[in-house]
Amino acid sequence: MTFIAKPKLHHPTLALNNVGYTRRDYEGTVSTLCAGCGHDSISAAIIQACWELDIEPHRVAKLSGIGCSSKTPTYFLGNSHGFNTVHGRMPSVLTGANLANSELLYLGVSGDGDSASIGLGQFAHVMRRGVNMTYIVENNGVYGLTKGQFSATADQGSKSKRGVVNRDSPIDLASLALQLGATFVGRSFSGDKQQLVPLIKAAIEHQGAAFIDVVSPCVAFNNHAGSTKSYDYIREHNEAVNRLDFIPLRSEITVDYGKGEVTAVRQHDGSTLLLRKLHESYDPTNRVAAMNYIQERQAQGEIVTGLLYVDAEPQDLHVHLNTRPGAFNRMNEAELCPGSAALDKLNAGLR
Amino acid sequence: MKPLSAVNDFVVKFANVNGSGSASANELFAKAIIRMGVPVSPRNIFPSNIQGLPTWYEVRVTEKGHLGRRGGVDFMVAMNPQTWDGDVKELEPGGYLFFDNAKSLPASRFREDVNVIGMPLTEISNSTYVDARERQLMKNIVYLGALAFLLGIEHTEIEKLFSEQYKGKERLLDSNKKALRLGRDYATAHFKPVGLKVERRDFVGDRIFIEGNSAAALGCVYGGASVCAWYPITPSSSIAEAFAKWCQKYRVDAETGKNKFAIVQAEDELASIGMVVGAGWNGARSFTATSGPGVSLMQEFIGLAYFAEIPVTIINVQRGGPSTGMPTRTQQSDVLSCAYASHGDTKHVLLFPEDPYECFEMSATALDLADRLQTPIFVMTDLDIGMNQRLCKPFAWDDKRAYDRGKVMTHDDLENGKVFGRYLDVDGDGIPFRTYPGTHPTKGAYFTRGTSRDRYAKYSESGIDYVDNMSRLLRKFETAKELVPQPVVQQGSHKSKLGVIFYGSTSPAMSEAMEMLESSRVYVDTLRILAFPFSHAVTDFIASHDQVFVVEQNRDGQLRTLLVAELNIDPAKLIPVLHYDGTPITARFIVKEVSQMATALKVTPMRKTVHGGSAE
Repeated sequence: MTFIAKPKLHHPTLALNNVGYTRRDYEGTVSTLCAGCGHDSISAAIIQACWELDIEPHRVAKLSGIGCSSKTPTYFLGNSHGFNTVHGRMPSVLTGANLANSELLYLGVSGDGDSASIGLGQFAHVMRRGVNMTYIVENNGVYGLTKGQFSATADQGSKSKRGVVNRDSPIDLASLALQLGATFVGRSFSGDKQQLVPLIKAAIEHQGAAFIDVVSPCVAFNNHAGSTKSYDYIREHNEAVNRLDFIPLRSEITVDYGKGEVTAVRQHDGSTLLLRKLHESYDPTNRVAAMNYIQERQAQGEIVTGLLYVDAEPQDLHVHLNTRPGAFNRMNEAELCPGSAALDKLNAGLR
Repeated sequence: MKPLSAVNDFVVKFANVNGSGSASANELFAKAIIRMGVPVSPRNIFPSNIQGLPTWYEVRVTEKGHLGRRGGVDFMVAMNPQTWDGDVKELEPGGYLFFDNAKSLPASRFREDVNVIGMPLTEISNSTYVDARERQLMKNIVYLGALAFLLGIEHTEIEKLFSEQYKGKERLLDSNKKALRLGRDYATAHFKPVGLKVERRDFVGDRIFIEGNSAAALGCVYGGASVCAWYPITPSSSIAEAFAKWCQKYRVDAETGKNKFAIVQAEDELASIGMVVGAGWNGARSFTATSGPGVSLMQEFIGLAYFAEIPVTIINVQRGGPSTGMPTRTQQSDVLSCAYASHGDTKHVLLFPEDPYECFEMSATALDLADRLQTPIFVMTDLDIGMNQRLCKPFAWDDKRAYDRGKVMTHDDLENGKVFGRYLDVDGDGIPFRTYPGTHPTKGAYFTRGTSRDRYAKYSESGIDYVDNMSRLLRKFETAKELVPQPVVQQGSHKSKLGVIFYGSTSPAMSEAMEMLESSRVYVDTLRILAFPFSHAVTDFIASHDQVFVVEQNRDGQLRTLLVAELNIDPAKLIPVLHYDGTPITARFIVKEVSQMATALKVTPMRKTVHGGSAE
């Protein structure tokens, strides 16, 4: 329950990161989600990623829509401002927030109902606008808060807990994000922390619209035989295109990978993504190839995970709009108001 | 039938076809008269269409300066065969019908009681210009030249306007001047000036001539709006377009060339208000402009902004509803849907500008109020003010005016130990403190949500917490009463038991109506409402009159309903005067309705004590 406060005390020897915070400083309140919910694993991965990236928690703005997934921002980064908006419309609020202050890091957390059903329109437009953010969809194919209805990502032929078979085609948000122009598209599994944490780190450092679709089984309504978003099903059908390590430029960590096995993708902000290729042929910088590959594997019943696409030189909405850097909320009258002399001149021209 | 005769007091109407390029000629006509020191009040009457359908431009020439629509037409420039019959019918007896006799006209012809002036406009234009588009455009200038002669408008004023308009475009300038001369020369040779005449005066003063939408956009620039998100909808689109234009002029950093503003044309109204909410949450002044159907789509977010207490400014340029209604006609029919927008118990602040000057002023004020009250503020303008140029006071700005950023707790406040509870009513005015995201590493962060919460922003479904919050929001609304623009009361020349309440674009028609009523010895006091919530002056005004007419441009008397509901007024005391055919209300209409009902009420104006048989 959210009214149970977490104890603030923590062990004095907990490791500090370079900005002086322990991992505990990145936590939020106790989760109210069901025990074993994949979403909690994603929250843990976000906490891990932010701690490892030395992000000051208050520099993050976390926004969500409505639904189980959208509740999760309460459970991480307790010292960040959060905004639980309305169903399916977090992207527009995040866009506005980002326009107002480009200095913060924007983390959008959403669900499959929130993004693929009611919010598909806003999802599409926030991707095509290139809003600088990390947009994570916690995807379980089901509406949890209203007790088990299918969402638009539920696979055709999959069964609900009550035995209803879904007849509609699923929407694949990763493919959609690619088509819409997202400059970073990844997919992962809530149970694969090794893959998820570096993916989130890379997305955060990416200076453009970064999207991660995380398959996150719903233990209450979508973890049974017949579901295609259960733990067992995903473990059996997961096809990882690459294993990643993410190295921010400021960090001195080096990675010991054998030559020929690693692709380094240098991002616009100077940070580098190191990708261990499992498939020699997979090129995460080719948008069209990525779309084809996802579709091909999907036809084989496989869920492709990993970094699917990255544009190393992304442009974001602020570049498109040619806005000045910095927070608009710091602009004062001198910067915003043209003043009375300009108005007198203008009046003269209107006679 | 005696031809109409008047100096500086008549109505000219141009009946054209949408897309024929007449707008510019017609506007020049109006402006030339203003330059002669005579006030005009022009109105566009246009269909929801790009090309081909009928469009009208009506100019009221008015020495007395009445800016409302008068009704009736004295001089019709009938350039559209499609609307011929209706146009001819609209003429006042003794009026003038000017038409292009080079074109065949419908068989129904001419009325016996009007004066017909036929001129071969197409022939003149075609014999001079080769290009088809130029022929079409210049025909409009040819009739302008003829009208200048017929009505006594100084040719040199029109030429001066050409020079300003086509500065640096010599070819266009020459071509226009030539067409003007062709029209004038033909008219001089074939006609005599008519009985309607424009004579030079000095009655315009320092007033400016501008559309309300452009003025509202400028108000947003001066008021410090830095984020605008919008979705195109008639009649509000020109606000965002004008905002972009003004920002290009005033808000580009001279050194870096970077924009000190962000404008996004959203995918729909839901996204546009969502962006405004996000920007407002993050401390930037932000606004959207829309019309009725847009407000309908924004309802959910408006409720969120109300409950989560986020500054939002919405400029609603009202049009004819419900549904798609009459998209290019005017109404004041969103009063209730804005006052109580969204589900649950909500109340929103509405501002009612009367003209472009107040569109400017109130848009800037709305941004202050939004920050101060941390809530949505609606600027309730309409098509009549928004899309018509109107004479108004010149814009003014006090350079000492500081933006009211409201109650924002800073890093230093938090550092110095100030207690922060997002929904604490620390000052008893119902307004809590907020922090901008990113303010402090360990203090002041909170979670914003549309769900119920306690005073410290913690999620709570406790009934006590909910009621505490909702009643604080009511206290905040009470505070708003003192902060919003106060109503304007005008006493009649005789003490009266009759009052009239009106608001927004009805203003010019009402002030003219008051004069007309007085001349027929019906005396009324008036109160112009500038904002909702209603201040105590409104209650006092109603209490001090036996009957109060509420004049508005909608079917159901929406402001009246709001007065009854919010001030607990006996409905019988408020008499609706309703005009809702989509055209701007006229003084004639108000006078007719009010005087008829006043007679029916058998209410005579109160007189002072009578001495020696004569009233003082």
